[in-house]
Amino acid sequence: MSAVVELRAASKRYGRVEALRGVSLAIHPGEVVAMLGPNGAGKTTSINLMVGLRRATSGQARLFGLDPADRRARSRCGVMLQESGVPGMLTVREVVDLFRSYYGAPLPAARALGLAGLADRAPVRVARLSGGERQRLYLALAVCGNPEVLFLDEPTVGMDVAARRACLDAIGTLAREGKTVVLTTHYLEEADQVASRIVVIDHGVIVADAAPGAIKARVPSKRVRFRSAGALDASAFTGLPVERLELSGGEVRFLSSAPEAVLRELFGRGVPIEDLEVAGAALEEAFLSLTGDSAAP
Amino acid sequence: MTPGASPALASLLRMLAAQTRSELRVRWRIPAFSVTSLALPALFFTFFGLPFARTTDGDGVNVGAYMLASLGAYGVGSVMVFGFGIGVANERAQRLDVLARATPLPPALALAAKVLVALLFALVSLLLLIGYGIVAGGIRQPLAVWIAVVARLLAGSLPFIALGFWIGYAVGPHAAPAVANFVYLPLAFASGLFLPIGQLPGFVQRLAPYLPTYHLGQLAWSAVGARAEPVLVSLAWLAGYTAVFLALAVRAYARDQHRKFG
Repeated sequence: MSAVVELRAASKRYGRVEALRGVSLAIHPGEVVAMLGPNGAGKTTSINLMVGLRRATSGQARLFGLDPADRRARSRCGVMLQESGVPGMLTVREVVDLFRSYYGAPLPAARALGLAGLADRAPVRVARLSGGERQRLYLALAVCGNPEVLFLDEPTVGMDVAARRACLDAIGTLAREGKTVVLTTHYLEEADQVASRIVVIDHGVIVADAAPGAIKARVPSKRVRFRSAGALDASAFTGLPVERLELSGGEVRFLSSAPEAVLRELFGRGVPIEDLEVAGAALEEAFLSLTGDSAAP
Repeated sequence: MTPGASPALASLLRMLAAQTRSELRVRWRIPAFSVTSLALPALFFTFFGLPFARTTDGDGVNVGAYMLASLGAYGVGSVMVFGFGIGVANERAQRLDVLARATPLPPALALAAKVLVALLFALVSLLLLIGYGIVAGGIRQPLAVWIAVVARLLAGSLPFIALGFWIGYAVGPHAAPAVANFVYLPLAFASGLFLPIGQLPGFVQRLAPYLPTYHLGQLAWSAVGARAEPVLVSLAWLAGYTAVFLALAVRAYARDQHRKFG
C-alpha cells in the first residue's frame, strides 16, 4: 500500500535551531496518526512540511507522491493550523463557502458546519465567535473540501469539555469514512481515544511509533497516590518497580507497571497508607517516560 | 480514491469569483475603508472645488472639472495606498495568508482578487465624485472626457498598488495607517491635487514634477483639457515608479514569506 503522506529523512533548521532532525515517516490511507511531543518537539514543523507550508532543509516531504505545494495534492487535503486566521468581517457560512470554492468536489456547507457543530452559528460574523467556536470553524474549513487526508494541528486547543468531545467524535466519524487523519495534540488522552497509531516526537526525532496499546505497554501504566503518617524516605521503595517517585510532606506519588505487588510489599514492610488512589496512567506518563523528561510533573 | 488518482480540481474562474466576492464583502464591511475611500474625495471637492465650480482659468479650462480631475487622482491613489497598505498589514498580523496558503487557492489568484476589488472601489469613488460634481456643481463636460478621466486614472493607479503593497509588507498593522498617511498625503498636496501647484511654496513647485502623484494628476488634467505634459511622458514616469515600488514590495514580500514559509 503506498503512502498518502511521507517524510523522507526530513530535517528542518530555523537559523541555528534544528526543529526536525532526519525524520522518516510514512502514513497510509485510513490511518489516524497522533503526533505527540512537548512544545518545540517538532510536531508543528512536521505538519508544516507535510502540507508544504515550509520546505525541508534537507530530505523531503511528499503528499500523494507529489510535492505538497502542488495544487493537485492540496486539493485532496484539509488543514487546520494553530496560528492562522480568517477574515473576521465574514460570517461563518461565507467563510465556509469561500473555502469550498477552492475544491473540486466539496461537501455541502451544511454538512461541514454540522460535523464541526456550528450549524446554528452559520450567520454569525467570525469576529464574534468565541475561541472554541473559532477552532470549530477551522475544523469545518479543514473538512469542507471533502479531503482524503486531514492535517489537524492541536485541533482541540481552546475548546471546553463538550466541544472537545464533539470534535473528537467528528474526527472519529471522518476516520470511519476512511479519511486519513494526522493530528498533533497535547491532550494525550485524546490521542488514545482517536488514534490508531501514535508517533512520539521529541527534540526533532521520533522516539516512539506504535499503536496506543503498544506504547502503553512499554511504560508504567498505573499512577499510585497515598498519604503516609510516618516519616517515609526513598529507601522504603528499594527494589520495587516504581518510577517517578515523589515524596513531599507525607504525600507519596509514583508510577508503576505492577501497583498490586508494590502495595503488597509496602504493607508487608509496615508502611502506613491512607487515602490510597490507584488510577490508570494514560499517555501523559507513557509520553514522559519515552521522552525522558524527568523535570515534568 | 487511491493515492495518485487524479483529484477533482476547482475551476480557477469560480475560485476567482468567490475570492473577489469575499474581498468585496470584507472591504465593504470595514467602514473605515469603504466610507473614507468612497466619500472623502467628494467631501474634499466640497471645500476645494465647489467654490470655483463655474469659474474658468486663463486657458479657458473649467476650474470645477480641473478639481474633479485632481481629487479623482487623489481618491484613486488613496484607495490603492490605504487599501493595500493597511489591508495587507492587517492580514499579515492576523495571519490570514497562512491558512489560505495551505489550501489549493493559488496565491496569484488571491492577489488578482484584491486588485480587482481595489479597482472596483476606485471606479465607484470616481463615479461618486464626478456625479457629485455634476449634480452639486453643475459641471458639464462631454461624456468622452469623463470616460478618459476614469480610464486614465485607473490605468495610472498601478504604481500606487505597488506602493501600498510595499507599505503593507514592510510595516506592521499599527504603523501602517500612519505610514500610509505620512507618505501619501504629502505626495498628494505637493503634487497640486488639493491646491493648484502655482499656490504652493517655490521648493515644492520645483519638487512636484518628480512625484508619482504629480504625473497621475497630469494624466487627469490633460483629459479635461488643461495644460499638461504629454500623456506618454506621464505614463513613462508612472511606469518607472511602478518598477521601483514593485521592486521594494517584492523584497519586503520575500522577507515576509521567508519568515512564514521558509
